[in-house]
This record gives sequence, C-alpha cells and structure tokens, in this order.
Amino acid sequence: MANDVKPRVKVPKSAKAGEAVVLKTLISHPMESGQRKDKDGNVIPRSIINRFTCDFNGKNVIDVKLEPAISTNPYIEFEAVVGEAGEFKFTWYDDDGSVYEDSKPIEIA
Amino acid sequence: MTQRTIKTALAATAILGFAFTGAAMAEPVDDALVIDGTEITIRAPAPAHLDGALTELISGWAFRDTETRAMQMDDFDNPGMIFVDRGLDAWNAVQGTEGKSCASCHEGPESMKGLRAVTPRVDEKTGKVMNIEAYVNDCRTTRMGAEALNLRGSEMTDMLALISFQSRGELVNVAIDGAAAPFYEKGKEIYYTRYGQLELSCASCHEDNYGNYIRSDHLSQGHINGFPVYRLKDAGLVSPQSRFVGCVRDTRAETFAAGSDEFNALELYVAARGNGLAVEGVSVRH
Repeated sequence: MANDVKPRVKVPKSAKAGEAVVLKTLISHPMESGQRKDKDGNVIPRSIINRFTCDFNGKNVIDVKLEPAISTNPYIEFEAVVGEAGEFKFTWYDDDGSVYEDSKPIEIA
Repeated sequence: MTQRTIKTALAATAILGFAFTGAAMAEPVDDALVIDGTEITIRAPAPAHLDGALTELISGWAFRDTETRAMQMDDFDNPGMIFVDRGLDAWNAVQGTEGKSCASCHEGPESMKGLRAVTPRVDEKTGKVMNIEAYVNDCRTTRMGAEALNLRGSEMTDMLALISFQSRGELVNVAIDGAAAPFYEKGKEIYYTRYGQLELSCASCHEDNYGNYIRSDHLSQGHINGFPVYRLKDAGLVSPQSRFVGCVRDTRAETFAAGSDEFNALELYVAARGNGLAVEGVSVRH
C-alpha cells in the first residue's frame, strides 16, 4: 500500500536534567484519506498513519491518534522533559498493519 | 534593480482576466540562505553569455515567503531531505540482473560531489546531453541490468535529491562551448519561443516579469540551481524537466516529454543561465 515509508526524527544530543527538549518527527507517507476516487470512479482505499507514539526509557511521552484529514508526510513536533540519560523510541502505526520505528539516544550534559 | 518591461504581464492579464491588486511588484528579499552554518550563494553577477538579459542572478529562494525560506534553512524542517534519506537506501540497494547497487561501483554517494553543478553536459562519446537522470538510467540499464526508472517518478527524484545534495553550495558551472554549443543554442531558441494558446515563452515570465505576481505567487527568474524542489503544493519533489512540463502545460500547449531532445537542450540552457548560483541541494518552494 504505502511504499517507501521513511521516518526521520531530530533529538538534541544532550540536555540538562529537567530541561524540556524539542523533538521533531517526520514520516514520508501518502496519507490517502479514503475520500478520493480514481479515474474510473472507484474509491481509493484509506491508507494513513493512524497512531504515533513516543516513549522515553519505556515510559510514554506522547500518544497521538491521527485522522484522515492530516496531510501527506505528517510532521509532529513536541516537547519532553528529560530527567535522565536514555533513549527516545518513536513508533508509527500504519492502516495496513505496518509499524515503523526509530530511536535516538540523549545524554545529560 | 533596473526597470523591466511589463508589457507581457499586461498581455497575460488581459487573456487570463487576472487583476493585479495593490503592489504588483515584490522585490526579492535581501536575506542570506544559511544552512548548518554554511552560506549558500543565492545572488551572483549575470554570466556574460546572457548578454545583459538579466542584471543579476537571484535564486528562487529569495522570492519566497518568510516561512518557506525558513523551512529550507533547517535540514530537518526541509521536507525534501527525507527523500535524500530515501535515495540513500536506494543507492545501497542491489537491483537488476548483475547483482549490483550504485554503491558497488561508486562507493558512497559522496563520489557524486560536484556532478550536479556541471550537468547537464554533453557526453563526448555519444554526443548526447546527459543530466543526472540520464546518468542514473544509463547505469541501471547498461551496468546493473535493471529497468530504467520513470524520469518523473519518485524513485528517480529520490536519486536526484541524493546526488544533488552532494554538491550543495557548489557554484553551477555548466559548459556552453564545444560540444554543448549546439544544444545551448537550441535550448535558447526554445526558451524564447512562445508556446501554447497563451503564447508565452519562458522569457515572458522569468525574464520580463520576475518579481511580479502570477496568480498569488511571485515569479522567480526560473533558475534550476535549487532543483529538485520540494513543492509544498505537491507535497513531493519536482525535477527540472517536470517543472518544464508544468510550465509549458500552463501556457495551454502540448508539452514536450521529459527526457526529450527539446527539454534536454532547454535544461542545459536554463542551467547555464544560472552559472554562478549555488546548488541548493534540495530546496523548498511554494
């Protein structure tokens, strides 16, 4: 369904303990809404990323439900308070059952 | 900046029924394009071969909105960069009957550094105009035993993004003499030929009217140093020849095909008009 899906994330290399850091994520995805029709009038089936989560050292930071009105290549930016060194894990869930993952470490400066 | 004629704009507005309201001119911004601490050349003196057709070369970046310009100044905010990553995956992927990937012969994509700045160029042996897409497909069909990629498809624009990114910041220096001369002349002729029901040439918009509005957007000088472009409107990458197809179509003409002799010559000519501007890697435009 969705081909060549590629996630990208940006996490600072280090942060002060207790500091809120900005995390940026982007994933290439067509986000087909299911509302469009092809040339022959058939409905193009819905194919979107329906959920995005971010965990830090196993603890959930954000859990987002995405809807069909969200554009192609969804970009999600948010902040997280970092208390200790560790790893951010990002997960995107596709309508077709695929799960895309990425992770980035962060140190305490 | 010197005076420019607006007679073409008036002709076009009469046909299309556009109305310029308020300030029709929007001067390109006097701002610097800095990515990761490196300044990218977006203004340059016009090369001598333009015979004064432009007083100064200005990248399309300078004609865009603040938000769009900011997007290109950060490699994460630039959505085009994801296609560079995707191109890198394709670069390392074995395809075709010979069991080779791009990396099997060329190692890392850094080996392509500089190529984007000097293409299109004329291959001495075959006498053909070679742009990046032509090189990619030549490698695929003659060395990898793989199918040629669709010139306007996403797999090709991913490769174009990856290879162009290697030359970011290098100044465009496309040869126009020697074997390239006849293609340059042919491209120039196409550039100044009016096509379609609207009878517009490339020059009607990008030479006579850059900075003026076309619909709600500003016309640039039409350089291709920034290509491939991430177009916000399309949410995807656009190659130079895809842009040509779009432009000629908008004149209500039957367009030449991407990869045709006509567009190859035009790409060489248009690229050479931008000699002195920097390759932007992957740019962001409206």
